[in-house]
This record gives sequence, structure tokens and C-alpha cells, in this order.
Amino acid sequence: MRERFATGFDPFVLPFLVGMIFVLGYCAYGIFRILFQLSRQDRRKFLLSLITPSTALKNIWDIFANCLLHVKLWKRNRMLGFMHSSIAFGWFMIILLGHIEVMVYCPERVRLLYYPIFFNYFVAENESTIGGAVLFFLMDFFLLLILTGIALAMIKRVRSRIFGMRRTTRPSALDRVGLYSLWAIFPLRLLAESFTAHISGGSFLTIPANWVFRQFLGNDLNMLPTWWAYSIALGVFMCVLPFTRYMHIPAEMMLIPMRNAGLKIRHPRKGFAKVEVLSCPGCGVCIDACPMSVKKVNIKDCTVYLNRQIRRGNEKRIEEISDKCLLCGKCEAVCQVGVEGPKLRIAQRASRRYGLTPDYSGIDVAPLVAAAKGSKVLYFSGCMTRLTPSIGKAVTSLMHKAGVDFVWMDRDEGLCCGRPLLTAGRIDAAIGLIHKNEEIILSSGADTLVLSCPICYKIFTERYSLPGVRVVNYTDYFSELVEHGRLHLTKGDVCYVYHDPCELGRGCGIYDSPRKLIGQAAGIAEAPKTREESICCGGSLGSLTLDFSQREAMTRNALKNLYESRADAIATACPLCLTTFSRYSERPVRDLAEVLDASCSG
Amino acid sequence: MIDFGFGLSRSSAVRLDEVDLTLYRKLEKLEPGVRTCMSCGSCTATCTAGPWSGMSVRKVILDLQRERASAEGHGEVRKMLSACMLCGKCSMVCPRGINTRHLILSLCRIYEEKK
Repeated sequence: MRERFATGFDPFVLPFLVGMIFVLGYCAYGIFRILFQLSRQDRRKFLLSLITPSTALKNIWDIFANCLLHVKLWKRNRMLGFMHSSIAFGWFMIILLGHIEVMVYCPERVRLLYYPIFFNYFVAENESTIGGAVLFFLMDFFLLLILTGIALAMIKRVRSRIFGMRRTTRPSALDRVGLYSLWAIFPLRLLAESFTAHISGGSFLTIPANWVFRQFLGNDLNMLPTWWAYSIALGVFMCVLPFTRYMHIPAEMMLIPMRNAGLKIRHPRKGFAKVEVLSCPGCGVCIDACPMSVKKVNIKDCTVYLNRQIRRGNEKRIEEISDKCLLCGKCEAVCQVGVEGPKLRIAQRASRRYGLTPDYSGIDVAPLVAAAKGSKVLYFSGCMTRLTPSIGKAVTSLMHKAGVDFVWMDRDEGLCCGRPLLTAGRIDAAIGLIHKNEEIILSSGADTLVLSCPICYKIFTERYSLPGVRVVNYTDYFSELVEHGRLHLTKGDVCYVYHDPCELGRGCGIYDSPRKLIGQAAGIAEAPKTREESICCGGSLGSLTLDFSQREAMTRNALKNLYESRADAIATACPLCLTTFSRYSERPVRDLAEVLDASCSG
Repeated sequence: MIDFGFGLSRSSAVRLDEVDLTLYRKLEKLEPGVRTCMSCGSCTATCTAGPWSGMSVRKVILDLQRERASAEGHGEVRKMLSACMLCGKCSMVCPRGINTRHLILSLCRIYEEKK
């Protein structure tokens, strides 16, 4: 090993150095800014979690698995996974090996930022030594891996379907600069290392390339220009990085520890929300997932574009996008980095100011309290069930058949659970209703509360404080009754396809108990898109601005997915899905309770 | 004067030529669907808040169209709007497909401008 230049410097490293210092400075400033934006408790929680061994280990593992290996992407699509992990992991390994080389051969240079990157220019090492052979082989191997990834990335631009994506995001102008400079970096590195391989050594990729180049390019004059080009490509990429989607690379490393610390979105733009927005890689997986995207006009309202507009500070579009969304949560379920699209939107809605604030303090709950008294089991059907009385009827019939002594607390009148207000961003108003309902339930003296509406169920489990009362969704409650032998189901001939309501499935994680129940009462089939990827019925209360006519296409698309299962009828477990589907469905739509009631002889 | 327990009621005639429609026009801009309302009252029939407060979307729209929203009428519209629970059943039953939730939220914002 010998160093080729005593100074250990050449002007060509400057573009890289400028870019590197800029990126490091920007990220350091960003970290402090975000830490400053967090509330005091959140900041304490976050910093403490960094030094707690269990979370610290989890952070390291999660960063390794998600930022470098892209485990989640592999699960989604192998080609997509391979493309991303080859570039990310390969690049990481090249940087790591570069540092190892410097530490092994010239430890005194380790403080120079550029030395590990341009090692092959500054140091001549013979690949015949065992150290050189191994290191150079690994370097060439990982470079080849990255080049394969880059080639796949180029193919993806033209044919995204191979990667399981129907539609991808349109990159912005700066994104394109970042993209093309990223594509240029690694072929240029191969060229640069190849031109120097006969002096500095190389391996299976660079030595043959060097030999080929020498046949017709002859002299060493090409050496410096290619190293310059390599350095410029790196410099350009790093200088535009903070303003492009590639900001997700550093941001995700911040997002993972923050999420592991248990932080939540408290402001639509600042702190944790900011990190989430910056972590969006703009891959566009959420575009195909979004139920609104069946109509082309809505494509620009998907989470990926919300993130982009938040980064640009385009207030008008941010408001539009935030209000339009159905809050079905599918973008969050498929998101590779875990951007919470619905929560970002709710936070945005909550930041809005209104002249009129709802006030429910005048509501006298005495008659409701009186109606709720008299039993240990309460049934709350929720206000939506008033439009589908068949659900309430089926639930009470099943309860009677099982011999449950219960009270239907909102049979005549009731209050809303508060979830629609919460999704509209009127959080204080929602809390007002929550307190009213809590008062009614707690003074009734019951110990079990059965809910048949998943919209209510979600807010009851998340926001209500009901000490001593077990809140249970009717799917789980009936499963227990069947298990205990209090309900006897006989299998019928009808075959149902079960539609996962957003609020019950993605919202509360209940997927299995409704399927098991239907399986005992009738035949059951699965739609192609199901469970976490089930398609919103389009009737969601999450959207504030979508009107009836605009929702029809979404409902029809969700129905199309259900028809593909070739079941005779559709079963669901949400009054809102039932209402929405019944409007357009060619096949009968039934609520889970109705399916069970029909097959239960009592 | 002798109190008979009743008296002359104020005239409830609406002079359409003199009605001040500023609020209604503002609402029209934010939620054009309001124009298609035919006052069928489906929204009122399904309203969760109705039994507790007399909330009625139909009445809110009528009041705005007839300027009852102004003067002492304001109190009524405000009272009704602040009782709404945004549950959205009114938008589901509306035969004209009016996005009533957006209508109500828009109105709540318009009132801010009035302040």
C-alpha cells in the first residue's frame, strides 16, 4: 500500500465536500429545530427513549431493517424490495467498507470526510495482497449490486407495473435533478474506479473495465475528469437532497426513534408531523391504495401529494386535500415508512378556527340515564343504526336467543359518540359529547357495553374513560356467546363475502372474529383486496367535501372488488357500509348480526 | 292592561325584495349544493341533535334564505348550529344529495367572519 499524493488532497473532492457539509449542516439544524418544536414532555420522552437500552436496540434494528434492507417493501413486492435494498444496503456497505479501508491502510486520514469515498484515487493498493483482494472484491460486488438496483429503477420509471405499481408519483422538477444525479453517481463511480484500476487496484468489475478502456482510450488523461464527474454527481445530489423526496433518507432515521418513543402528531406541521412529512419517499404506493383514486381527478389528493404540498407550504391545496380524504386509513396501512395520512389531516382540520363552537352542556341526560338503567349489559347501537334498524333488531333478537339480560340504551333517543366530530377536527366538541355519554353509561351501573357500530367502537376504545365497564364490539361479544354455547349457529347455504369496515379492521384491528362467525353461520369467501387492504365503501364520514355523486364511483369500485369473490351476498359489520353498499349493490348486503340471526334457532 | 295570557303575534311576513342575503350568498359560494334544497325535511327527521335542541338543517337554510338569520333570528340559527353533532345522517338521507355536513361546517366558519 502506498499513498499516491503526499498532500492527500485534490481539487476534485470539493463538489463532494461542499455537498456533504451542506447536508450535514442542514440535518443538524433540522434535528434541533424539530426537537425545539416538540412539547416539553415529548422532548423528554424522546431523549429518554434514546438512552433506554431496550428502545435503543429496537431503534437500531428498525433502522437497519427498514432503511437499509427495506423489509416491508420486500413483503409488498420482491422486485421493489430488491431495487430499494440493493441501492440502500449496497451504498451503505460501500461507505462502510470505504471507512474500513481508510482505517486499515491510512488511519491518520480518517478525519477527512472525502477520503473513504475517493479512496481508490488517493491510495494505490495491490489486489494480490489478501486484504486488498477481499476489500476490492467486496467493493466491486456492492457496486454491482447498486448498479443492478439503478438499472431496475430506470426500468421502473418506464414500466412500473412490473413492480406491482399501477400508478406512481409525478416527480417534481427538483426531484428529477435528484433522481438523475442519483442515477449518475454509481455508473460514474464505476468509470472512475476503472480508469484508476491499473494503478490503485480493483477487482472483477473494475479490472476488466480498465483493460477494455485502455485498449481504445489509451492514456490516463481520462482519470481525473471521471473522478471530477463522480464528485460533481455526489455534490449535486447532496445539495438538492433537502429539497427533494430523498430527504426521506435522513428523516426516516429520525422518524423511527421518535415513533418508538411513542410520540404522536400534535401539530399539523411541526415536530413529529414534520418528520413524518419529510420521511415520505414519494413512492406513490398510497395512490393505488387510495379509494378516491378510482377517479383520476382525485389522484392529487392522496397522502403522497399532501406531504408534498405541506413541504411546499401550499395552504390552499393542503386544506383541500385534508378535507377531501375519507380517512379510511389504507394509505397508512400500506405506507412503507408509516406516514399517518389520516392523522395529519385530522390535525390540519383541528387547526381551523370557527366562529361557532358546538355546545352540548344544555342537554339533559336524565331521561337517557333512566333508559340505560336496569341491567348489567348495555347495548349501544349508535346513531347511524337509526338508518338501518334491521341491525338493532337482529342484535336484540340474538341477545334474547342467548338469554342475555340487557338494556338497549339508545333505542328511543341517544347522543352521537363523537367520532364524526373528532374526524372533522372539532376535538373539544367531541370531548363534550364523550363526557355526556360517559355520564350516562357510568350512572347506569352496567359492567359491559356492547357496540354494533365500529365508528362508535373506535372512539369508545380510544377516547372514553369508563372504569369498570368492558367495552366490546358485537363481533367479539357474539363470538364469546357462541363459544360458551349460548348461541347455536347452523350453517346455511348462502355464501357471503365479508367486507372489512375501515373503522373495525384498520381502525381497531378486528379481522378474525367476524370471519369466524360468518364461517359458522354460512359459507364464506374472500375478496382479492381484503383485511388491511380492504377498500373503503365510499360512504365514510371522514370526508368533509366529497358529495354524493363523487362517492358513487368509489362505492362501485369497492363493490367490484367484492363481486370478484363470486359469493352470493355481501356481509359487513358497519351500519354505514351497509347503507352505502345497499344503494348500488347488485347482490344482497347484510349486516353480520342479520347473518347470524338468520342461522340461529335460539 | 289586562293580561289575557295571549296577545297579538308579530307579523311573520317575509318581504323577499328586502331580504338581505349576504350570509346565504356566502354559503352558496362555499357549498353550492344548498341551492338544490327543497325543504323536504328528511334531514330534520333523522337528526340526532334534533330532539335535544330543535336542530334542523332545513330550518337553518330557510332562515338564511328569508333573513330570519339576522336580528333575533341569528340566535336561533346559532343555537341550532351549535347543537349539531355532525353525525352525517342528514347527508345520507338527503334526496338532493346535499353535503349537509360541509354546509354546517361552512356556516360555522362564515359566522366567524361576521364577528
